[in-house]
Amino acid sequence: MAGIYIHIPFCRKACHYCNFFFSTTLQLKNEVVDAILREIELTTGRKTEPIETIYFGGGTPSLLTTEQLKKILGKLHVEFMVSESAEITLEANPDDINAFLAEDWRRMGINRLSIGIQSFYDNDLEWMNRAHNASQGLNSIELIRGAGFENFSIDLIFGAPVTSMDQWKDNVSKAVQLNIPHISSYALTVEPDTALDKMIRQKKKMNTDPDEQAKQYEYLMDAMTAAGYEHYEISSFSLPGMHSRHNSSYWKGVPYFGFGPGAHSFDGQQRKWNISSNPAYIKSINEGKIPSASELITPIKRMNEYIMTSLRTAPGIDLQFFTESFGEENLKQLQTGFKTAITNGHAILNNDQFFLTKEGKLFADGIAADLFFPE
Amino acid sequence: MKNIRNFCIIAHIDHGKSTLADRLLQATNTISERDMMDQVLDDMDLEREKGITIKSHAIQINYKYKNGEDYTLNLIDTPGHVDFSYEVSRALAACEGALLLVDATQGIQAQTISNLYLAIENDLEIIPVINKIDMDGAMIEEVTDQIIELIGCKKEDILLASGRAGIGITEILEGIVERIPSPKGNPEAPLQALIFDCVFNPFRGIIVYYRIVNGSIRKNEKIKFVSTDQEYDADEVGILKLKMQQTQIVDCGNVGYLITGIKNAKEVKVGDTIISAANPAEAIQGFEEVKPMVFAGIFPVVTDDFEELRDCMEKLQLNDASLTFELETSQALGFGFRCGFLGLLHMEIIQERLEREFDQTVITTVPNVSFVAYTTRGEKINVNNPTEMPDPTQMDRIEEPFIKAQIITKPEYIGNIMTLCLGKRGILINQSYLTQTRVELIFEMPLTEIVFDFYDKLKSQTRGYASFDYHPLEYRESDIVKMDILLNSEKVDALSALIHRSRAQEFGRKLCEKLKELLPRQQFQIAIQAAIGAKIVARENISAMRKDVTAKCYGGDISRKRKLLEKQKEGKKRMRQIGNVEVPQEAFLAVLKLDD
Repeated sequence: MAGIYIHIPFCRKACHYCNFFFSTTLQLKNEVVDAILREIELTTGRKTEPIETIYFGGGTPSLLTTEQLKKILGKLHVEFMVSESAEITLEANPDDINAFLAEDWRRMGINRLSIGIQSFYDNDLEWMNRAHNASQGLNSIELIRGAGFENFSIDLIFGAPVTSMDQWKDNVSKAVQLNIPHISSYALTVEPDTALDKMIRQKKKMNTDPDEQAKQYEYLMDAMTAAGYEHYEISSFSLPGMHSRHNSSYWKGVPYFGFGPGAHSFDGQQRKWNISSNPAYIKSINEGKIPSASELITPIKRMNEYIMTSLRTAPGIDLQFFTESFGEENLKQLQTGFKTAITNGHAILNNDQFFLTKEGKLFADGIAADLFFPE
Repeated sequence: MKNIRNFCIIAHIDHGKSTLADRLLQATNTISERDMMDQVLDDMDLEREKGITIKSHAIQINYKYKNGEDYTLNLIDTPGHVDFSYEVSRALAACEGALLLVDATQGIQAQTISNLYLAIENDLEIIPVINKIDMDGAMIEEVTDQIIELIGCKKEDILLASGRAGIGITEILEGIVERIPSPKGNPEAPLQALIFDCVFNPFRGIIVYYRIVNGSIRKNEKIKFVSTDQEYDADEVGILKLKMQQTQIVDCGNVGYLITGIKNAKEVKVGDTIISAANPAEAIQGFEEVKPMVFAGIFPVVTDDFEELRDCMEKLQLNDASLTFELETSQALGFGFRCGFLGLLHMEIIQERLEREFDQTVITTVPNVSFVAYTTRGEKINVNNPTEMPDPTQMDRIEEPFIKAQIITKPEYIGNIMTLCLGKRGILINQSYLTQTRVELIFEMPLTEIVFDFYDKLKSQTRGYASFDYHPLEYRESDIVKMDILLNSEKVDALSALIHRSRAQEFGRKLCEKLKELLPRQQFQIAIQAAIGAKIVARENISAMRKDVTAKCYGGDISRKRKLLEKQKEGKKRMRQIGNVEVPQEAFLAVLKLDD
């Protein structure tokens, strides 16, 4: 079993908080798509593994034309064993979505969309420098439903300095009223070297308030659970049966192929990432070489990654799986670290599962770091 | 011997001593252009960066005087900071003359004056030189007056120079030959040589620098150090060119080096006398053991690194005998060392050398001076560490060291300096105008008051127009208390300080505020308290952290996020646990960063 990630590094406008790789000049779109096709051909490795999930991320994959998307999907079907029941997700921005395009996506086999709504309020969207406005956001949800997409996700960001608690509450209840099947929601994070980071340092924008973010996150957890959503991962909420299979694979350590500039891949031992430059990527691919760097994921790193990602999920660390994967000795050492979190009411050990409580979810990073094994 | 001249340069930091020295070496072809690195004499990285000389060095210059005769000029470089004044005095004792170098744009500074007095006490011939005469803002007339007033020389005795532009170099060289007397000594008498410096060389061991007062020293001769009464073979002797140059003999009056295979700097004491083992003479003069003035704890950041740190401290002591240390245990910091330093700069240098040369990151605790406590039972206790302070109920009295502080400044800053020094419990002893625009203030002050932030404050209160020097006076009775810092009611021994009662509350308040800034929020509220005995004098709270979780975690984020958490874990490892509170390294240095 494996997944595929395709990175489409183009955006119409740069969101100030974003630290993913993208370019706002769209000229090289054709060349990048051609290079991605070539990269898929050049890729060796276990191509016979059944592919259960495909994910077009970005950047903004909805900037690709129907033809471009079809070419890539077609190539994947030729080069890989794409399972019939595969989950195929496309990230789309509200301002790109129209009825025809949505129809095209559904026809070519895309069966899940992830819409970058972020907020239903214009002041939030302007502050983030998003390309769309609030009414485009609402409209896009109607459009994709009209095209027959029942499996989709929206992103919602909380904790921007302009997002008041009342506004946030309203955002959450809108999502609930709209009966959105899946919500990815996260605190606005000031990543180093982003435009936002610079503006805050130059005092052009206010910084985020971690206490306010904590309150909004707590509200989110309560409201979503009350509305019948499963809080199945720190930032992921879904109606029953609507989990993101692709993201869940990441958290389980399932191997995935990554294509496109800046894309990551993981073959079970090595994590690779392609060069984050469109021209350099195209040039190298045209010379028959995939331009990537890699990191060997040693057993200890793999263990730490498992701790980190599984703690973020609702079932938490599965002690049986842990023992099978990493051995009795490591399990013993791991268990010695459980006590503090349990005493603090941040975690529960039950039926060989060590998982975070609602309070614990606010401290997931620190709890994971405490459990890490030294290299 | 009649063609030898031994001299040093007395100058304030930044007055151009090193540049001038370089010019003398170039003009006499002591070093070639190719070897020329700016400021040859300052050869430790740190010295270059701080622009000061930490250890003294010596170099021999061969100079053909205008009458055709060859002269040997030994330039003995002296440290330029008050922390190292004993080393200065020994370097001066090895000379017959001194260049008094004064910056034409700045005039005479306190440090220069105290070293000048030392030179005059040692009967040195003074050649005044006004440097940087080519700079804008050179006040040649005014500085000339200052010098005349200070040493009572004639106007024509003062040489004008610019090290940077190479002006006046010949006049200086000729002046050295003409005005500085040749060494007097008896070549036939038994050996007596004054040790004025020593350096540690990892391959050769300790290299001793000396000036021969009487007799001579030969290779392979058995020699002896008077103060330690230890005998050694003179494995190698020679003179100090840019590099060491081996010779069979170093003659009377000359400056040279000696290698005996000594590995530990403790065996060699600056100021000691080298004599012949076969034909022993007396010591030239009594020498003082340098006493540490400032004490602080040095601890490894990670407790496991203690043994490694011990190793490094021992190595460091091999070439810096003025550093003293003994084992110290702290509840907060584990095993470490109580170290004695000559002063704050010395402390800073040791810390930096540990980091740069030995790759050790350390926590340095609140520095303090050495107090003397007398108990009700009549015991006398040296208190070099807050933990050594006797319980107040058992204490009869406590005394603290005083200093005589000399500050030279412009008249417009007198007010600011008065406020500063009186606020630091200083007593004004004298105020006198050296010239119309330079005034000298003498205070008696507790040494402990200059340990914290005095230099920085003096600098900012006078826009840099003040120079400062001090000399130890006696101990005086004082109301010194121990102030403790508590985190969630747990005492942090490493943050305890000894302080005058009148200053305790303000100090405690500032320290609590600083700690509030430096301590990361934790999952519970943290109370920071300053206490004298059971009495709380200041308090701050840090509210509980409500969130420690980052947002999304997609495929591309996993490596990056794992690394972030690894770093977070690494950071925690470097923190110290005080009760339930995790304290980062910076917090232990908080006390050094207090501001108004």
